Parts: sequence; structure tokens; C-alpha cells
Amino acid sequence: MSGLYSVSDLEYWDKRIQEKVREFGLDCFPQQFEVCDHNQMLSNMAYSGIPSHYPHWSYGKTYEKQKTLYDYGVAGLPYEMVINSNPTLAYLMRDNSLLLQILTIAHVYGHNDFFKNNFTFRSTRAEYTIDTFKAHGDRVRQYIEDPSIGLESVEKLIDAAHAVSLECRRNLAIRKRTPEEEKDVIIESSAPPPDPFQSIHRRKPTPQLNLSKVPLVPDDDLLLFIRDHNPNLSGWEKDILTIVHEEAQYFIPQIETKIMNEGWATYWHKKILDSLELPEDLHLEFIVRHNQVVRPFSNGINPYHIGLVIWEDIHRRNNTPGYEKLFEIREADRDTSFLRRHLTEELVRELNLFEYETKGDQKIVTNVADKEGWLQVKEALLKNVGMNTVPVIKVEDGDFGHNHTLYLIHYHDGRDLQLEYAEKTLAYLSELWHGEVVLETALDGKRYMLIYNDGGFSTKALR
Amino acid sequence: MRHREKVRQSIRENIADIIAEESIIGRDRDRIIKVPIRGIKEYRFIHGENAGGVGQGEGEVSPGDVIEDNRGTVRGDGKAGNRPGIDYYETDITLDELINIMFEDLELPDLEQKRLREIESERQTKRKGYRQVGIRVRLDKRRTAKERIRRRFARERSSGPESVERFPFHEDDLVYRHVTTDIKRESNAVVLCMMDTSGSMDTMKKYLARSFFFLLCQFVSTKYRNVETVFIAHHTQANEVTEEEFFSKGESGGTLISSAYEHALNIISARYHPSLWNIYAFHCSDGDNYDADNDAALRRAKELCDVCNLFGYGEIKPHGHYAYESSMMTVFRRLVAPNFLTIRIERKEDVFPSFRTFLSKDRNPTGGREE
Repeated sequence: MSGLYSVSDLEYWDKRIQEKVREFGLDCFPQQFEVCDHNQMLSNMAYSGIPSHYPHWSYGKTYEKQKTLYDYGVAGLPYEMVINSNPTLAYLMRDNSLLLQILTIAHVYGHNDFFKNNFTFRSTRAEYTIDTFKAHGDRVRQYIEDPSIGLESVEKLIDAAHAVSLECRRNLAIRKRTPEEEKDVIIESSAPPPDPFQSIHRRKPTPQLNLSKVPLVPDDDLLLFIRDHNPNLSGWEKDILTIVHEEAQYFIPQIETKIMNEGWATYWHKKILDSLELPEDLHLEFIVRHNQVVRPFSNGINPYHIGLVIWEDIHRRNNTPGYEKLFEIREADRDTSFLRRHLTEELVRELNLFEYETKGDQKIVTNVADKEGWLQVKEALLKNVGMNTVPVIKVEDGDFGHNHTLYLIHYHDGRDLQLEYAEKTLAYLSELWHGEVVLETALDGKRYMLIYNDGGFSTKALR
Repeated sequence: MRHREKVRQSIRENIADIIAEESIIGRDRDRIIKVPIRGIKEYRFIHGENAGGVGQGEGEVSPGDVIEDNRGTVRGDGKAGNRPGIDYYETDITLDELINIMFEDLELPDLEQKRLREIESERQTKRKGYRQVGIRVRLDKRRTAKERIRRRFARERSSGPESVERFPFHEDDLVYRHVTTDIKRESNAVVLCMMDTSGSMDTMKKYLARSFFFLLCQFVSTKYRNVETVFIAHHTQANEVTEEEFFSKGESGGTLISSAYEHALNIISARYHPSLWNIYAFHCSDGDNYDADNDAALRRAKELCDVCNLFGYGEIKPHGHYAYESSMMTVFRRLVAPNFLTIRIERKEDVFPSFRTFLSKDRNPTGGREE
């Protein structure tokens, strides 16, 4: 099929799509496309689209896994792969048909607009993306080649760091306070409110503030906390922790806006292709392909489908001719707020969503989209989007019992931790921390301390 | 690729399972096989079982419906990826590579004692680079001429093009081909596979025996250049058969183990003299021998021990059989030789471990035979 069109065809369609993009009022970074074959596409996917990414075996694993799926025809390759950078980079697979390329190009412009305008992506500094990844990759390679460090130790550290890389702040649009500012806030909020009758009231004792505790308030960024408070780490180790942390942070906006973002790109590729007045054969293929993209997964969630349905619903209810309202939402929401505000009872029903729980080997439906159940379904969905799938774990104390023990608390929201994984992850943490690590959590409604130290893993019931 | 190494490691850990898989036994060596690999897990904090989730239904869904058995495939996206599960995928590997991995693991037996049995099979000359000195027949004219041209250019550059009219060959220009002699040593090994094909050997037993013989042949052929395999099937009589017959032919009747050993000894003395051949003999049986034959079998086994590098007896007893059947194990307990070993195979998972013990015997430097 690759013989059926040439690069100039792609350029022609790209130009026409760009006209439409401007007409609809989308606001994009400059866009670059790269044509690649399916093997390159697989490796791009494994390396999150960034070829200069630092090396680690887990990417090789991803590659083989994708390849297995692809070779068996279980998973087709995605039509699109976009990198959030300025200029935005996207890959087009050579073997795709012309229509698929057109569809992909239009879809990519949707993502591009979203990257540029959604508030969560402001923290990613798109201008520097490619350079940053390259610099990270170079540094890691340098450590690997350094004879005093070597592959084994670098890999071991990255293994451990990957285990907790997603335990970090979720809303990057809010600036993190420095410890000094934190101190001021604590002092300020502990001061008693102004009392007009203070001359006759007995003065309340000023509360004792413990300002020497580290951290002052629970810290979300596990890797950074370990980097800053474990005195035994050497320079390169700190650097690798920083690199892993920064890369995780880069992907958080994409995790946080999966449904919105895919829905948005799908919404616009549909609009754009409908307005392009495609020749009939291409148009028919478009309908087939589009329906494949938005086909609901039975018993799962297809973000393309759900996103698209919600965006269309918003536009329908809005009743104003332009797209201003949509643009506003695209800028100010992320999946959690987007679903909370715009997923209505009717939509839950239309999408036929349901909630399930796992019992032994089976998954059993607990709530469906009816009058009594739809809110629970919606709440359950909210728990399963974006970073809400990752348990919230914060550093409570960096020197618990004055023992150089790292004390963590799991903010339990009704979902227990998977114990085997918790144990292994704690082992990694203890390796990073060079000492004992304690995680406070709840299992079956009881509080427990999960402890990992030289003696291995143990649990202790609290109270 | 780093991940490849991890995969090898994972294969090494599960080698017993993989080797026991039926699909591997009896394949071409360079055939690519797909090995399922239990994913090397990447651990992080994740939610456990009581987390629940949301799905999208097709048609009517009502509370209480079972939507999935976890043994089935998980379709869907996003959430499924966050759940623990054994993630299986496949990697391509050639059988050869697999066998290498397998034997890497075995801390290969010491082969020093067998050096005497290596014979020089070929002496041939092999080119190896060029030298400034040599005999006239090996003069490389082309290179020599090139060398001269090179020297002339150098001269012209330093003292002007007209400085020389005649430019003869110089001794320094001469280039000779260099030749080394390459001696190939041949080491010969023969694997004697003996199997009981009496009526009591059923398909399962034969399969276990086959897996074991397969491993043995593969192992021996990684160690020796020239490997021959002899298959001896026996019931009350022993015959040399082809591989195919060996595994497919079912015979009935009683069992005289001594007949097989005697036949093996005849073959060895006729074709594979121990001073030239490394002999590996292995006998698989279900241990059901005719009582009166036990003494004769024991005597023959002793003789075999004297000529073989390694002689093994494997008793194949799938579960639930050994309770009421007689066993040669007790008979062979009386045979003490450093290169003799009995093993018991009950399940296919046993094949690899027993193979390993079999070979660890081989590592023992005090061979029980005269060199």
C-alpha cells in the first residue's frame, strides 16, 4: 500500500488540514511529521516516542511485548504517536493507507492544540522536551560507561527508582512550597484568630510547634525526598533519581488527561475530515476507521470513545455557534474535573457504563447506569482515571524514632494495596534510602505498618 | 540488548519447565522456537483486589453479572494495565541458543580426562596475513607492486618528480603471504540409548525417556565434534533400531535387561573402541525385569561401567505406578562404580534435574575405567 501515495500527497493533505485547523480556531505548535516503518514504530512506542531516551531493559521488555502482540495480530499498531514538544513531533507509519495518514495528521493536530493549551501541560516546558530527554540519555549512558559505576549499578538504581517514580505530586500547576514558606504557613495558621475581647478572656496557651520535623508537611515526591535527605547517595545517584523523577513528571499530564486528550483529538479529526470533502472511497474508509477507533471496548474503557461522546455532548448542550466554550474547557480541566463536571446521568446511561468488583477469579458487576447506581459508577470511574489509579503515598517522617527510618503513609481511599507489589516496592525503597522503610496502610479495614529493613519484610498491626 | 540478557536469565530460571515442553523435544537445532516468558515484573505500589473498576457494557448488564473470568484474556485499556497479573509473552530463540543457555547453567563437566581420546583428524594450512619475509612461492606480486608504487610516490613528493628515472624493486617492497598450519582435533563420542520396549512401557513412559535421551544427545553433541547415536530397543531380545522405530515402536512381552547390555557391549567392541570413543550409555526402563535375569544384568552393567565414560540407569515411574511394581533400583544398589548412576523420573519436571545429577557424575575426575 505504501506505493499508493507519495510524500507530496501527504504534504498536500497536511496543507489542507492546516487550513481547516486555522478555520476552526485551533491553536497549535509548529508540527513536524516523520515517516517510519513498523519496527521503528514499535521501538518508538517502547521508548515513549523519544529515541534518545536513556536506556533501560524495561523498554526492551515493552518492545518485545508489543512485538509479540503485533506479530500475532492481537494489537494493531496505533495510527499515531505524538510527542509533546515544541515543535510537536509525530510519526506516520509507512505501511498505512493514505486515508489513515490523513486521519492521523488531523488527529495529531488535535493533540498538538491540546498540548499547547491545556493547563496541565504548562509544566512540561515543551520547547526543551527533546533536548532534555537527550541530555538525560547522554548522562545515563555516561554513567554506564564510567568504569567506576558501570551498567550493573546504574541499572539497579533505575530499577529501584522506576518503582516509585509515579509517587510524586499530581497537580503540577500548583507550585511546590519551599520548606521556609511551609514554615511561615504553619506559624501563621497556628496563631489564634484575632479576638476582640482579648483583654477579658484568659489568653490561650500558644501551641508548641515542632518546626524541626522533616518534612514539615507530608511530601509527595518520594524520589526527591530521598535524593535530598539520604546523605549516603553519591552525585551520580542523585542525578539519576532526578532524571527518573523529571521524566515521570513529564508524563503525568498525559496520564492525567488521557480521556480528554484522546477525546479532543478524535473530536477534531472527525470535524476536520468531515469538512475536507474527501473523495468517496476515502470517505468510506474514513467511516470504517473512525468507527474502529471509537468502538467501545466490552468490559473496558475506551478513552477515545468516552472522550468523544462527552465533548460532543458539551457542544450540543452549549447551543452557541462557536467553539469558545469547548476551548475554555480544554484549557482548564483534566480528566477528574472533566468527568466530574460533564459526565451526566444521561451519558453514563448512553455509554452503558457499569462498576465491577473482583471476587477471586471473577469480576462481578455491582452497579449499572440506572437511577440508583449511576453516581456510584461515576465515582468508581473517577477513581480509575489519570493518576487516581496510583495509590497516594507520602513521606511523613524522614527520621522516624530518630533512627533514620523513612516513615511513609498510604492515604487509603477504600482500596488496599496489593501486598506482593508493596513488599517488593518497599525493598526498592529501602535500597534507595539505605535503611529501614515503614509504610503505614490499611488492610481489610485494619491499620498496619509494613516494614522493610535488613531483616527483610515484616508487618505489624497498629493499635 | 540488555533485555535479552534478562530474558536469558529468566529462561535459565525456568529451564526445567521449558525443556519439558513437548514442542521442544526432537526438533532441528537451528529451528526458531517461541518460548513463553513470564514477564520480568516491574514492581510499584498498586491497588489490590478490592479496587474494582468501571467497564462499558454491550447490551444489557445488570448487577450480579459475571463479566470476566480472570483466567480469560483481559481486553480493555488503562485500568487493566495497572492490575497485577502474570504477564506472558513470547520471545524468539533458536534451539541452539536455548541449549547453550541450558548447558551454561550446568557448569560443564570437566573434559580434561578425555583428551587422550582426541585424535588429530585433519592438518591443513590456513592463510594468516602478510609478512615481509618468506619463501619465493608465497610472494604476493600484486601487493609487492603496490608497495613499490607507494614508495615511488613518497620519493617523488620528497625530492621532486624528475629526481629518479629508474625505480627498481627494493627488498623492502616484497610482501609474502603468511601461512599457518591448523590442526583440527576430532573427538568422538557415541551415545548409546537403550530402552525397554516391553509391554509395560506406555506412551507416557516413552515420552519421559525420550526427553531424557534428547537432552543427553544434545549435550554430548555440544561437547564433541563427532557424535554418533545408537538406539537399542529391547524386550526379551535386544535390537539396534533407527531413531524413529526406537520411539514409535511398541512391542510386547517380557523384559530381559541383560540382553540390551550384552548387545551394547557387542556394539562397543565391534565399532566403538573405548580408546577412540567417549561412550555415554543410558538405559531407560520401568524397572520391571524378569527376576532371574537380575544377576546377569548386574554383571553386564558392571562391564559397561568399565568401558563407558558414564553409564546411567533411569527408572521411569509416572505417578501411582511404583507402589506395586518391582524395581531394578534395588538390584543396582549393589553396583558400586564412580561413573554409574541411577535416577528416578516420575514427572516431566523431573527430567531436567535428573539430567543435571547425571552429568554432575561425569565431572568426577576419577573415571572408573582404564585409559
